[in-house]
Amino acid sequence: MDLSYSQENEEYRAKLQAFLQENWPLPESLGDLEARKEEFRRRATAAGYMMRAIPKEYGGSEQPLDFLKGEIIREEIKKHGAPTEVVHIGTGRVVPVLLAHGTPEQKAKWIPGTVSREFMWSQGYSEPNAGSDLASLKTRAELVGDKWIINGQKIWSSRAHKDPYMVLLVRTEPEDVAPRHKGISYMLVDLRQPGVEIRPIKQISGEPEFNEVFFTNAEAPADAIVGGRGNGWNVSRMLLRFERAAFSGINWADSLIARAVKTARSTIRNGRPAIEDPSLRADLARLQARAMAMRYSAYRDMSMEAVGEPSGDYMLMQKLYLTEFLLKLDDITRDLLADDLMMLRPGEGGDGLKGNAKWVDATLQSLKIRIAGGSSNIQRNIIGERVLGLPRDQVGVNARKNQEAAQ
Amino acid sequence: MNFRLNEDQQQLQGTIAKILAADRMQPRTRAVIDGKQSWDKETWQELIDFGLTGIVVPEENGGMGMSLIELALCAEELGRSAAAVPFLGHALATIAIVEGGSDAQKAKYLPGLASGEVLASVALTEGNDTWAPEDWQMKPEGGTISGHKRNVPHGAFAQLLVVGLAGGALGVVEVASGGVSCETFEPLDLTRPICSIDFDHAKVDLLENGPAAAVRTWDAALALLSADAYGGAWKITEMARDYVQVREAFGAKLGDFQAIKHQMANIVVEVEPTRGLYWFAAYSFAKMPEKATHAASLAKAQTSEVYDKVARMCTELHGGIGFTWEFDAHIWLKRAIFDLAWGGRPQRLFIRAAAQTDW
Repeated sequence: MDLSYSQENEEYRAKLQAFLQENWPLPESLGDLEARKEEFRRRATAAGYMMRAIPKEYGGSEQPLDFLKGEIIREEIKKHGAPTEVVHIGTGRVVPVLLAHGTPEQKAKWIPGTVSREFMWSQGYSEPNAGSDLASLKTRAELVGDKWIINGQKIWSSRAHKDPYMVLLVRTEPEDVAPRHKGISYMLVDLRQPGVEIRPIKQISGEPEFNEVFFTNAEAPADAIVGGRGNGWNVSRMLLRFERAAFSGINWADSLIARAVKTARSTIRNGRPAIEDPSLRADLARLQARAMAMRYSAYRDMSMEAVGEPSGDYMLMQKLYLTEFLLKLDDITRDLLADDLMMLRPGEGGDGLKGNAKWVDATLQSLKIRIAGGSSNIQRNIIGERVLGLPRDQVGVNARKNQEAAQ
Repeated sequence: MNFRLNEDQQQLQGTIAKILAADRMQPRTRAVIDGKQSWDKETWQELIDFGLTGIVVPEENGGMGMSLIELALCAEELGRSAAAVPFLGHALATIAIVEGGSDAQKAKYLPGLASGEVLASVALTEGNDTWAPEDWQMKPEGGTISGHKRNVPHGAFAQLLVVGLAGGALGVVEVASGGVSCETFEPLDLTRPICSIDFDHAKVDLLENGPAAAVRTWDAALALLSADAYGGAWKITEMARDYVQVREAFGAKLGDFQAIKHQMANIVVEVEPTRGLYWFAAYSFAKMPEKATHAASLAKAQTSEVYDKVARMCTELHGGIGFTWEFDAHIWLKRAIFDLAWGGRPQRLFIRAAAQTDW
C-alpha cells in the first residue's frame, strides 16, 4: 500500500499547474468558447492529462493506471477553472468494449472519432418488453447480402435524438438458440438513415432525456458486430474497470456530500444553521463513510487488477451501494428542503427555489438510477448468484418453461 | 502508487488465517462459550509463537517493527474466527507504549509484551460513554493512582495495565506491585470478557508522551475494531449463506426464494465495501497521521453498525436454531455488539469524524 503524494507526484502537480497556466484560458483568436474548450482538451490529452486509459494510436494519452495522479488532475483542473474531461457513453462504454473485443479495423474506425467526440453514442439495450429481463429482447438483424437488416424497437435510449450512433443489442441468431442470450450480438449502428425513427419520451422530471427508437428495415454493414456473432451478451456485460468509469460515481458521491453540506449551511433550523445540528452532522458523516468505503475499495480493486491478482466482487456491488447512498442522501436533503420540495422549477420571484432546485431534480433522478442500468432488484439477483453462489431464481425459469410448453 | 497488499502482507494474513482456521477454532471457542475455560490460552500461545504480539513493536525492543496495517489484517482474521484471545487489550497497551513511552520505558516494557511473556490490557473509560481522552478524570498523586475503570478487556488476566488519566495522560501499572483489584461479571461477549478495575494507591509510571499517545491509541482501537467487524460480518454472512442453501421449507431450499436471496444480497453489499474503510483507517494511522482520526472514526462507526445489523439479519435467517445457545451464530452477534459499543458508540464517532472536516 502506498498512497503518498511522493516527490514524484508533487513534481507532477507542479508540471500540471504550469501546463494549466500556459493553456487556460486560451486567446479568443482561437475561436469561440466551445472551440477554445475543445482545443484545451486536445492539448490536455496530448500532455497526458485526459483520455488516460486509451492508447495513443487511437487518440488517447495511454498513461499507466494511477488514481493518485487522476486525483491530482481532477483537483488542479477544478481549482484552475479549466474545462474538465467530457464523460459520455462513447468513452465510458463503447471504447472499453472496442479495446477488449474489437478487430484492429473496428478499433481504427471507431475509437479515434469517439475520443474526439465526432462520434457520439446512445445505447440501444432495453425494449418495451425487455427491461430487467434483457435477454428476452426481440429486435432482430438478418444478414442479407453484405448488410444487416434490422427490425424492432428500442426504448430508454438516452440522447438518441442528439447523438447519431447507437450500440445496439440485437438478436442475430435463430430463435431456438439456447440459452437465449447466446443469440444476441453487440452492433454499432448509424441512426441517420430512413429506416430509423426516434420519438422522445417525456420523463417524470419533465425533460425528454430518453427516446424510443424504431427500426424498420434499417441497415448496418456486415462488420458492424463487435466481439463476434452471438457474443453480444458477454461483450455488453464486460465489467468496466476503467479508472474513469469506476470513479465517476465515487467523485459524484463526494461532490453531492459537499453540496449537501453547503445546503445545510444555508438552511436555518431553530434559528441556527442546520449544519450545526449534531445528528445531521452524524448523518452526513455516515454518507462520507460510504463514499470512502467506495473509494478505497475501488483503489484496492484496481491495484490488484493492474498486477493480475483476483480482486473479488466489489465492482459488482458498487452500483447497488451507490444507489443506497443516494437514497440516504435524499433522506437528508428532503428534510433540509422542507416546503421547497413541492416546486419542480425555480420561480422568478422571491418565492423561487434558489439553490434548492437541483435537489428537487436530484430526488427524482435518484429514482432513475435505481431503475436504469440494471434495476436494484436485478442487481440483487446478480449479487446473490455471482457473489454468494445462491441458486438462480426458479420462478422466472419455470414461468418461461411453462410458457414455451404452452406454445 | 497502489492500494493492495504486498507479498509479505498477503503471506502474513494467509498464515494467521491458517492458525485460526474454523475447524481448529470451533471447539476451542465453544469451550470458552460453555464455561469450560476462561479464555483460549492454546490459540493465544500459537499466536505468540507466530509473532502476533511483536508485530507493531520496534525491532530494537524485540518486535518486528511493522505497522498497524499488518496488525489490522490479523484483527480481521481474529474477528472472522471469533478467537477468545486477549488480543484487543494487549495490542492497545503495546501501541500506547510504542507511541507514548520514552526510550527507557519502551526498553523496560516492550520486550515482555512482544514476546508474550507479559499479558497487558488497557483501562481507559471510567463511566458510561467516556472513551475520549478528555473524558478521563483519574489523577495521579505522588506516583500512585486511585479510582475506578470500566470495560477492561481480559482485564482479570492482565499483568500490566495501561491506564487513561486526566488530561489524556497515560500511565503503566504493574498488577503485581499491588493496589489493583478486579470485579468480574458475566459479559455479553464471552470471547472478550470485560471487567471493572479498582486502583487503590497503585504505583503508576507515567508515559512520557501520554496525551499524544492517548489519541493515537484510541484511533488504533477504532481501526482494529473495524477490521474485526469486517472479518466477523463476512463470517456470519457466510454462515447464513451456507444455511439457506441446505435448509428446506415449502419443498424448496430457502435460498431458492428470491426474498431470501435479496436479503442476502443486501447484506453482502453492506459488508464488502467496508474493507476499503478499515484498510484506509489502518493505512492512514501508519502513513498519514493527519487523516487517522477522521478515517478511524468513520471506519469503526460504519463497520460496526454494519456488523451489528448484518449479524442480526443473519441470525434471523437461521430461524429458531439461530436463537439457541448451541448454534454458533450468537458468538458473532455478540462480538458485533461488543464492536459497536467498545471504544465509543457510532453516533458519537460520526460526530467526532464530522469535527475533523471543514463543515
